[in-house]
Amino acid sequence: MANQDVIIDIRHLSKSYGDKKVLDDINFQIRKGEFITLLGPSGCGKTTTLRIIAGFVEASDGEVLLEGSDISGIPPYKRPFNTVFQRYALFPHLDVYDNVAFGLKLRNLPEERIDQLVRRALKLVSMSDYESRDVDSLSGGQQQRVAIARALVNKPQVLLLDEPLAALDLKMRKDMQMELKEMHEKIGITFIYVTHDQEEALTLSDTIVVMNEGRIQQIGTPTEIYNEPQNEFVADFIGESNILNGTMVCDRKVNFIEHEFECVDEGFGENTPVDVVIRPEDIYIMSKLEGAQFTATVKSCTFKGVHYQMFVDTDKGYELMVQDYNAFEVGSTVGLFIKPFDIQVMRKPRTCNSFEGEIIDSTHVWILGESFECRETSLEPGTKVKVDVEFDKIDLQDHQEEGTVDGEVHFILYKGNHYHLTILTAHGDHIYVDTQDIWDKGDLVGINIAPEDLIITECND
Amino acid sequence: MKKFLAQSYIWIVLILLYSPLIFIAVFSFTESRVLGNWTGFSLKLYENLFSGGMNGSSSLMSAVKNTFIIAVIAASLSTILGTIAAIGIFNLRGRRKQTMQFLNNIPMLNPDVITGVSLFLLFVFLGFSQGYVTVILAHISFCTPYVVLSVLPRLTQLNPNTYEAALDLGATPSQALFKVLIPQLRPGMISGFFLAFTMSLDDFAVTFFTRGTIGLDTLSTYIYTDARKGGLTPELRPLMTLIFLIILVLLIILNVHQARQIKKQKKNEKISKYSAGSGFSHRLSRRS
Repeated sequence: MANQDVIIDIRHLSKSYGDKKVLDDINFQIRKGEFITLLGPSGCGKTTTLRIIAGFVEASDGEVLLEGSDISGIPPYKRPFNTVFQRYALFPHLDVYDNVAFGLKLRNLPEERIDQLVRRALKLVSMSDYESRDVDSLSGGQQQRVAIARALVNKPQVLLLDEPLAALDLKMRKDMQMELKEMHEKIGITFIYVTHDQEEALTLSDTIVVMNEGRIQQIGTPTEIYNEPQNEFVADFIGESNILNGTMVCDRKVNFIEHEFECVDEGFGENTPVDVVIRPEDIYIMSKLEGAQFTATVKSCTFKGVHYQMFVDTDKGYELMVQDYNAFEVGSTVGLFIKPFDIQVMRKPRTCNSFEGEIIDSTHVWILGESFECRETSLEPGTKVKVDVEFDKIDLQDHQEEGTVDGEVHFILYKGNHYHLTILTAHGDHIYVDTQDIWDKGDLVGINIAPEDLIITECND
Repeated sequence: MKKFLAQSYIWIVLILLYSPLIFIAVFSFTESRVLGNWTGFSLKLYENLFSGGMNGSSSLMSAVKNTFIIAVIAASLSTILGTIAAIGIFNLRGRRKQTMQFLNNIPMLNPDVITGVSLFLLFVFLGFSQGYVTVILAHISFCTPYVVLSVLPRLTQLNPNTYEAALDLGATPSQALFKVLIPQLRPGMISGFFLAFTMSLDDFAVTFFTRGTIGLDTLSTYIYTDARKGGLTPELRPLMTLIFLIILVLLIILNVHQARQIKKQKKNEKISKYSAGSGFSHRLSRRS
């Protein structure tokens, strides 16, 4: 069962700080020599995962296996890993040479051997001429090279990199990406890389682990992650995308933006609601209308260097993002076309809000940590119930005090003709809302639900 | 006119601050036993001080020796103690950190007399025979908070990852402490040491209450008893002048050293700014 190639096996890893769960049942394996990237927005748990692997943080639950044996009890200084820290963490009181030699000196290697290894490591990162320089006198890129040399000189089995390029400017970041990739190919050890930059992850990795809110969203190669995102989060986070509500009419036929398209997906069943993802570069745009699947009006057109990015309004009133090498005049009517294999269909994680609750009296139900007025019910007080609310039946107020429950806008998805919001309530529940109104991430809102929109069913278990 | 007033104000303040010192220094170069009587220039008092040709010169010299021995020992031990305490406080979180910082500040604000009396009572209660050891212990107790206060800001400036980086490279926690943490804290420890040293040097109240009855004298207690016996020994004038000069030189060295370091840091920052390469910074924008 155990794969020979697996060097690190992460099983059921969880971490909580007090009540806050930052990692929730993380499972993945890392193969020997692999370049694996943990990718996600800030606060998604990627750095915590790396710090648990390095040994700086203890997991609340689960284990990290190194070649089959649990290393949870081993302190960081005994683990065969080395880390490149986000802000380099070079020792300011030592010069470049002594920084790199630090680990070797601790191992009491003979002087000549240390000298040889340090010089080789500095050469690997092209910093040979800087041996006696003060680390504070180096640029960000140079400091990062020294940090990499300092880690690699100890010949770790695994190199851990915590957002190593985040502090560099774009051009330098691109150069360093290429160098890192070459270095990885040259020395052949395992790299575990943490970043929030999706482009960096796509460029560098053999495998990407997309994380959000302490959970793994998808594991796959860069092409898999880009072409076949498994959920809305991944589709939205990686690259640009149009995410739309759709219906799987039958196998190989999907309906969205009120048109029917051929696709390559099967096995969703008939008339199943789905999410559809179309990358903006996969929509073909042309000025002639015959042969087009649908038509649209160009609303805006922006030059982006290699391509133009356009927003178009379709004949049925949906907004789509389209990228093309040619510019189309704003206001002109264009024909659009999408090829079957460019349509990515995803199962919907939910089709309405579903809360667990309890009947208080004939006109009130307890959900989301508050009492809500509901339609008159014959259920006994204390009955456990499931309460369903449609996405578009939730009323958001500007002021928290105007709502029965208050929450914060947590995640926003544009779905062509409306926004799909995820609201995190003060009690930690998620509420999903469809709305035409524009909200920003982090907005504080009050939440109301009309009594007739609470659909109450008794729980049978 | 306004400018003149502003300038003279600073001079008035400086004169008020330094005139007693200058007064003592000037009158250290005359032989008169009574302060304020100029009987012509003479180095006699300096000669007496070093050759021992004066009444009770041995007890004065032993008081000077005691003062410096106590100051060096107390300052060294409080530097060690204070640094460890600062690291501990720095790693606390929230309310506990605030409480510890508050507790650290109290001894500094507490009047010396009260510290002295309470230490005296404590030593009596514990049955300690009072002398050298109790004075040193007492000095450590009021010097340590100053070291904590000068090391803490250094810790805040520290890149927290450097300690982890040391562990990561194979250092045990104690190796990481001595090879990475302490070298970075050194400037704070040095200024803490000097602060403690001068605090100990000029302490009177605490020493007075904890020195016991074995006749241990530091400079401050010696001067106190001497003054009560009927006028200050004239040789104290050159002694004070010398001590003032020593402290002044130490301060100048410390300041010049600090200024050099700041200059070096600024220079380094400048270098890294220029060698950072292309100054363009783009940001990928995303539709949200």
